[in-house]
Amino acid sequence: MKKFMSILLAAVMVLSFAACTAQAPAETAAPAAETEAAAYVRPELKSIDPICSAPLAESKTLANAKDITVGFIYLHDENSTYDRNFMDAAKAACEVMGVNYLEKVGIPETNECYEAAADLVDRGCDLVFADSFGHESFMVQAAKEFPDVEFCHATGTMAHTENLSNFHDAFADIYQGRYLAGIAAGLKLNEMIADGKITADQAKMGYVGAFTYAEVISGYTSFYLGAKSVCPSVTMDVQFTGSWYDEALEKEAAQTLLGRNCVLISQHADSMGAPTACETAGVPNVAYNGSTIAACPNTFLVSSRINWQPYFEYIISCVANKKPIVTDWCGTIQTGSVELSEINEKACAPETKKAIEEAAAKLKSGELQVFDASTFTVSNIDPATFTNANAVTDASNKLTSYGGDVDTDAAYTADTEVVKNGAFQESAYRSAPYFDLKIDGITLLNSAM
Amino acid sequence: MHKEPLFHIVKRPAIEWYKSWAIRVLAVILALILAGIVTLALTGLNPLKVYATMVDGAVGTTRRCWALAQKTAMLLCIALALTPAFRMRFWNTGAEGQVLAGGMAAAAVMLKCGDLVPNWLLFILMFLSAIVAGAIWGVIPAFFKAKWGTNETLFTLMMNYIAIQIVGFFVLEWSVPKGSGQIGIINQNSQAGWIPPLFGQAYLINIILVALITVFVYVYIRYTKHGYEIDVVGESERTARYIGIDVKKVIIRTMILSGAICGITGFLLVAGSDHTITKDTAGGNGFTAIMVCWLAKFNPVWMILTSLLICFLQKGAGEIATMFQLNLSFADIITGIIIFFIVGSEFFINYRIIWRKKEKEDRK
Repeated sequence: MKKFMSILLAAVMVLSFAACTAQAPAETAAPAAETEAAAYVRPELKSIDPICSAPLAESKTLANAKDITVGFIYLHDENSTYDRNFMDAAKAACEVMGVNYLEKVGIPETNECYEAAADLVDRGCDLVFADSFGHESFMVQAAKEFPDVEFCHATGTMAHTENLSNFHDAFADIYQGRYLAGIAAGLKLNEMIADGKITADQAKMGYVGAFTYAEVISGYTSFYLGAKSVCPSVTMDVQFTGSWYDEALEKEAAQTLLGRNCVLISQHADSMGAPTACETAGVPNVAYNGSTIAACPNTFLVSSRINWQPYFEYIISCVANKKPIVTDWCGTIQTGSVELSEINEKACAPETKKAIEEAAAKLKSGELQVFDASTFTVSNIDPATFTNANAVTDASNKLTSYGGDVDTDAAYTADTEVVKNGAFQESAYRSAPYFDLKIDGITLLNSAM
Repeated sequence: MHKEPLFHIVKRPAIEWYKSWAIRVLAVILALILAGIVTLALTGLNPLKVYATMVDGAVGTTRRCWALAQKTAMLLCIALALTPAFRMRFWNTGAEGQVLAGGMAAAAVMLKCGDLVPNWLLFILMFLSAIVAGAIWGVIPAFFKAKWGTNETLFTLMMNYIAIQIVGFFVLEWSVPKGSGQIGIINQNSQAGWIPPLFGQAYLINIILVALITVFVYVYIRYTKHGYEIDVVGESERTARYIGIDVKKVIIRTMILSGAICGITGFLLVAGSDHTITKDTAGGNGFTAIMVCWLAKFNPVWMILTSLLICFLQKGAGEIATMFQLNLSFADIITGIIIFFIVGSEFFINYRIIWRKKEKEDRK
């Protein structure tokens, strides 16, 4: 036995060593990156037309509604504001269209998602939807196995490269909602400056982010640009939690920001951690995914969210009428997908509502672009650390070209030119955000990537 | 006058098998009645319908039966890993971390060597790296316990959090797209390092392997010298030393085995079902397995039943949430009641309650 064990152990060690040497070229490449980076060559970019669109349901009355069943897969249950936002929209859409609704709650981003999808298919679902980013590859697996069933997924990035006729991604131009919410923040800062509570230089906002991921970066940058459009001296600190949902960490991050003299806080994380910290401290807060006015009556300003109902109605009508679903659906203000809550008159600066409405009208008409390259600068370009490595700027640090990693790959290769008509075209080449620039005026206190 | 208490508790010497099973069945019936009352009171639903839904959710379709078998196999495999340690009274609460360590190693090999080596070699590398990683995670607390008598419960528990954070680190490091915190399915197109289906069933190989491990652990603890040594160390370390057993060696050897089997579970989860690694890969089964192990009194054969029971309840609970659109927590209340009664029934199997007699006879 002893001899056997030692032989086994020796074999293991030899094999592990073999594994290490097999990996060696990749390993040594990493430290060498610094020297190579000096010669960093930006990959050739393809210049293509935007592929995202946002058609709506042709009609909300279906002849065969009773024969259609839609299954929804949620990461958590209704206690999470993120999932609650999907659930309410899904139930409302199914009710409006008169189709059968099935749900699976608390499905983690593991094989259980595939199992849940397959089980929903067994149960007769014609359409299966999953709400969390990590569900995507398991939904793709199910889509390959059940070609007759439609699979739709929120926030995903794979649909436009997988080329499956029955797998689709969806998102919305939520950066526009963030921008509008940012205007409320900027006006509030102006009010503080006018009241002499802070000087223009002290107009610093704080932002609690989940991960250093494009969806979050796009969110906080658009929020910042919204505030900057009315309060030019604004700066912002961002603290990441490394989790999409962690009440304690989010509260702690908010307190860190308050300790750094941030006078207004917003967040991209799903719990009540940051809003309640703000209410306790009496600091204004801009929320996400839903109004927090009930818990934070004195400090809640406004909230932006994605309303998924138009998308759900669209995919249900497609399935009922046997029409193809678009590969990458990206909702807009026009489709009713990007929504702002009622503003809190008690806490907001006067005229906030009017300013937001004006800006929303301009965004709708296309007169205003959120990531207009003339409104921000990018001075920190360092290929050695891959900071903004794919950005090209002019003499005044204004962005002129950017290679987005639109066709997701493990090496994060830049593949598509995403600056067009003087602006970074977010959510045009795929619905999920890909804006990951670090612009001037925003300080990242830590990173979670 | 000395007043006799209302009842007192006496240890049963031994109990016939049919009596102990009668107590268990009675406990389940009582649990179902109580859970039924709770269901009716809280939701107004017909409890029988809720139970029928539960059964349907667990074994209603062929797919569900396979999913149940796979889930049971994974839970059982972890419980089997804990068995030798528990029989030695080494409270290994670190299975979650040991499974993740194994899974992480397997996933790393799968991701980094997927294109470099042939598939058969990839499997061997994944398997061995998972075993080694699990064993290392298990042996660290054992070494400290053997050497300096540290508390293994706390030590193994803390090791879980380290393993979870290591997985979290690599998941972020290797995430696609950048920063998203998700690796996604590894080798989705080439399927390199995926345990292939057998007779069209994706989980069959997993299940067969766990069946083999069950037999191995059973034989190991029952019929080998190692198994005997484990039992003696568990009963009394002094006795073990007296009869010349090297206690330290036994502790370390047993935890290598325990960690290694956890590592295998991690391998099976990564290669056989998930094809990726996340902090949720072990899914809390490392802790649930402790209950499985105790309920079965550290007997590998009984563990098949107890793990099946727990997975059955979990699967059924999910179905209740789906069909009645009740919050998952409600389903957890029902499973909680049932498990509480089953655990409680063991008390009545081991002890007898003697009520105060109404007799007049004065004992003086």
